[in-house]
Amino acid sequence: MFSLEGITKSLQDWLYLNFNPTWALVIECLIVIVLAIALFAFLGLVLVLMERKVAAHMQIRLGPNRVGPKGMFQTAADTLKLIMKEGLTPDGADKFLFNLAPFVVMIVAMLILAPIAFAKGFQIWDINIGVLYVSAISSLSVIGILMAGWASNNKYSLLGAMRSGAQIVSYELSAGISILCIVVLSGSLSINEIIASQQNGWWLFKGHIPVIIAFVIFMIAVTAETNRAPFDLAEAESELTAGFHTEYSGMKFALFFLAEYINIFIVCAIGATLFLGGWMPFHIGNWQDFNHIMDYIPSSIWFFGKTFFLIFLIMWFRWTFPRLRVDQLLNLEWKYLLPISLFNLLLVTVIAIFGWHF
Amino acid sequence: MGPISLIALTLAALLFSAGGILVGKLFNKGSKNLQKGEAYECGIPTKTSPWHQFNVGYYLFALLFLIFDVELVFLYPWAVVVKKVGVTALVEIMVFIFILFMGFLYAHKKGALKWM
Repeated sequence: MFSLEGITKSLQDWLYLNFNPTWALVIECLIVIVLAIALFAFLGLVLVLMERKVAAHMQIRLGPNRVGPKGMFQTAADTLKLIMKEGLTPDGADKFLFNLAPFVVMIVAMLILAPIAFAKGFQIWDINIGVLYVSAISSLSVIGILMAGWASNNKYSLLGAMRSGAQIVSYELSAGISILCIVVLSGSLSINEIIASQQNGWWLFKGHIPVIIAFVIFMIAVTAETNRAPFDLAEAESELTAGFHTEYSGMKFALFFLAEYINIFIVCAIGATLFLGGWMPFHIGNWQDFNHIMDYIPSSIWFFGKTFFLIFLIMWFRWTFPRLRVDQLLNLEWKYLLPISLFNLLLVTVIAIFGWHF
Repeated sequence: MGPISLIALTLAALLFSAGGILVGKLFNKGSKNLQKGEAYECGIPTKTSPWHQFNVGYYLFALLFLIFDVELVFLYPWAVVVKKVGVTALVEIMVFIFILFMGFLYAHKKGALKWM
């Protein structure tokens, strides 16, 4: 029932049998649009609730528990509230850029979905440079944030956007180098081939200690890239009110808020794909019986399970570490993570060339 | 699907955000008064405009980022073929990273990574 394998293939065959190619393509596009919007809405509802529930658990509280069973409809109620609110545009703002910024952020978040494999054969576009595409597009999101901060004509927004820019730009380097480690091991940039290379075990377990180091650096870097605590300087409430979206209200604020959660999902999906095998079930080498048992669990469940586990890790960080100062943040990246990840890349290369991985 | 999926996804994002904002507009007319349009700075009247020149302090990091990011793009094609080429690729990348690291040390020594 949860198996999505081969649905796309049979759907495509059916479409091309019954319609002429142009119409089939148009219908495919419509399906993609509907599915992408549905995924966004679903993720928004689930992740916000999950964040609040995880936070409540860590602090021994109940969390939202009034709206619906166990507070399930809390996010829906909040969204309804945001719809009712007025979307203000300040008088001094650059009106065009101010209204454009949420669109830019959303478009970037949506475009990264293209190469992600949600299940076996369930992928919007199998690009042969998938990993490069993801890192290229994800660095565009900083433009939306800078645009929002600058156009607001507010000092808090501008400072928040500047910090966010410096942070995203810095941590992109070590995230990129960690991604390169897996590219070196699997010898391909295509997401599908990287997943296929993990058929006899995930890279996290196959690649010895250097890959574990790369995974840790990747998780730190993406936490910083998505502006999450302990790296949430861009919206440090105690000093900058809300950072780059101080002036936003109503649905425009909701879009920024949603894009933030979508970005967390996307980076965790990439992390799960590269280090934990994406939709590939848990396989151990040549243990055929064990592997067969694992294959009975549908690939979509494996993918979403791993992704949500990583999301849980990032939420866990938030309630474990105190916020860094901005100079500590830049020191951590430039003086520690970047040299370590460069050296780590050399180690991974040695492992890959001499075939020392399993 | 091919590259056309990118257009589809862009359209989806536009539909989603425009739809959200339009629905939001539908539900409230909004009122107008003088204070409403002011910049939100915690109740204190805004002094100067933020669109001034001021010292950003991060611009050296941005310059360094440019250098390292271009280097990262160079590494992608290398990473794909490194297994086939073997030890030669390893030696070459060691030289490459060594030179790059010297530049990094130079920037460090010059105090580019020091805060302010």
